[in-house]
Amino acid sequence: MHSEEFLRLLMRRQLKLSAACAATFLLALLGMPLLNYFAPAFMATRVAGFTLTWLILGVLFFPFVWIISWRFIRRSIALEAEEVNSIKR
Amino acid sequence: MTPALAFLNGVDPWIFAFSFVTVCATVWMGFRSAKTSKTASDFFVAGRSVSVGWNASAISGEYLSAASFMGIAGMVMSSGYDALWYPVCYACGYLFLLLFIAGPLRRFGAYTIPDFAEGRFDSPLFRKIAVCFVLFIGFFYTMPQMKGAGVTLAYIFPGIPYWAGVVLVGAVITLNVALGGMKGITLVQAVQYWIKLFAISVPIFVLASVYGFYGSHLGANDDGRRDQVAPPTSAEVQTVARKPLVEKAPKDVAWVSPFGPLTTKAVNAAAAALPAEQRPAYLAEYQKPYSLLYTYSLIMALVCGTAGLPHILVRFYTNPDGTAAKRTTMWVMILIGVFYVFPPVFGVIGRNLMPELYSGVGAKGTDKVVLELPTLLGARFGVLGSILSGITCAGAFAAFMSTFSGLLVSMTGAVAHDVYGRMLRPKSTPAQRMRAFKVAAVLIGGVAIGLGCFVELLEINFMVGQAFAIAAASYFPLLFMSVWWRGMTMKGAATGMLTGGLCALTAAALTNFSTLALDKGPMGKIFAGFAPLNGYWAHHPLLRILCEQPAIWTVPLAIGLMVVVSKASAATVPADIRMKMLVLHAPEQLGLKQEYIQEHQAGAGH
Repeated sequence: MHSEEFLRLLMRRQLKLSAACAATFLLALLGMPLLNYFAPAFMATRVAGFTLTWLILGVLFFPFVWIISWRFIRRSIALEAEEVNSIKR
Repeated sequence: MTPALAFLNGVDPWIFAFSFVTVCATVWMGFRSAKTSKTASDFFVAGRSVSVGWNASAISGEYLSAASFMGIAGMVMSSGYDALWYPVCYACGYLFLLLFIAGPLRRFGAYTIPDFAEGRFDSPLFRKIAVCFVLFIGFFYTMPQMKGAGVTLAYIFPGIPYWAGVVLVGAVITLNVALGGMKGITLVQAVQYWIKLFAISVPIFVLASVYGFYGSHLGANDDGRRDQVAPPTSAEVQTVARKPLVEKAPKDVAWVSPFGPLTTKAVNAAAAALPAEQRPAYLAEYQKPYSLLYTYSLIMALVCGTAGLPHILVRFYTNPDGTAAKRTTMWVMILIGVFYVFPPVFGVIGRNLMPELYSGVGAKGTDKVVLELPTLLGARFGVLGSILSGITCAGAFAAFMSTFSGLLVSMTGAVAHDVYGRMLRPKSTPAQRMRAFKVAAVLIGGVAIGLGCFVELLEINFMVGQAFAIAAASYFPLLFMSVWWRGMTMKGAATGMLTGGLCALTAAALTNFSTLALDKGPMGKIFAGFAPLNGYWAHHPLLRILCEQPAIWTVPLAIGLMVVVSKASAATVPADIRMKMLVLHAPEQLGLKQEYIQEHQAGAGH
């Protein structure tokens, strides 16, 4: 358990999971201004009174982030259980 | 009425009653809980039995400040779409905390950033450097809370000036903290969250059911285009009655679309300084690209800054283990996400129904829309308007009281524990330290009140954004890099954190000084020395944006310096770095934490 390989494996697996979730999140978050910039007419489409961009940012973005965090937690807890098992065995 | 009671003129009894009850209940609950948990260890050990739900409510309660409660609505009203980035990033910044920091930090057993700094690098010196930033970020964060207090008091008692409200509320909270009440007790903070959620959502539902819902109000911001094209045919969007906008209000299109008044301010000011015939070409070339840059810098400050707020990270220690810390973070995101849907609605409805706020400045401006909007109902339903306005006032009190006392406790703790207890008088007795805590609380509270008196003209939400920018350039790189990169050394961490943080601090302060220099009243005279800066920025709008939103260059600067300096001083990486990394990342079930502590104790005995 104190070996170099174990630590490397541990950190790499957890970082990979975190980075994948962060990439999904950042793609959406940083993509929004780009869409606003390059497709302003599309993003200004009115949906039930909202402009599309306002609807996404002001309302829909929150559940999107909850889904990412929920998936992260499930995967991360499963990963930890696996690590514990591999050591105990 | 006697002169002594003159300030009561024009006070609405309902609004007063609700606010008064909230203040008294908060103070009472604080004292009651403080009695049951006397020492710091009591607080933390008791915290370990706190369930995920309570803990998440408590973190949310401490996090939702005057900026969230009043500032966002005011800023959405004044700037429109661009201000939406604030609530979204305030809530979603927690994702970064969850993905990279929450679990490892809890496992390490460090419950303040200075603790972590010392434990990770075995360096008491670094601890002292880290303590400075608790104060820097703390003071920047207390200023907007004080403005919230001043605005709310000036609204409840129309007769008293802004500064009197700041002094009164600041003094009450400071005394409470000094006397031992209102420490960050989980139960009190958790209840505060639910008060705030209730206070922001119920008035919205009532207002919306009377005057039209979110979408209808936004739909009305169409520059009358709908009326020109065709009469309102679509059944789903009924138009709402709106009052005519005042002259100072931004136009509909600029307000509702991205890259509006908030992010284009610098370029617009630069264009105004040019001859009229050059303006359109200049705006076409620079307005949108610079605005995009501003947006990205703002996003970076808020998302990274959330992960570095000193008074929030303390709370993660009350989780029993790293897994619970992660679960708590997820619930925090859900709780505050639900909350953050509501404040922009106030801003949108306020624009349509209370446009006269656009012409007010300082305490009479858009920052008070949350408090005042419900009084509209008074015209139709009599006392209901006052009751709902009283509820939002109560929520505002809950907001700035909980955040201000939380900040005051962490700042006072840093001064009393680290500065006095470790640097000035390492041999002081517990009683002396207790006295030091009280003296420090009064001192820091006094400074915060003093600073609060200066900021009437700055937007609440903008100031909180600056505190986030400083945290993003100092604590976030420190935590992120130390958790995931074993090659980090104390020298690298200190250089990066100090340079990044101080750059962000200077930039934020310069921006505020130059804004205050524009004032025509007494503030303008005090800061007159900074007036030439505005002229300079009119010619260099890019520099102005980089100063107003510094995160886009300070965060990479801090991380870059950390890498370079750490590589250069690679010989000083702590010897037991592999063990430290294992403690940070291995699940608790492996029992590494205990081994680590025993080894250290054994080592100390030699």
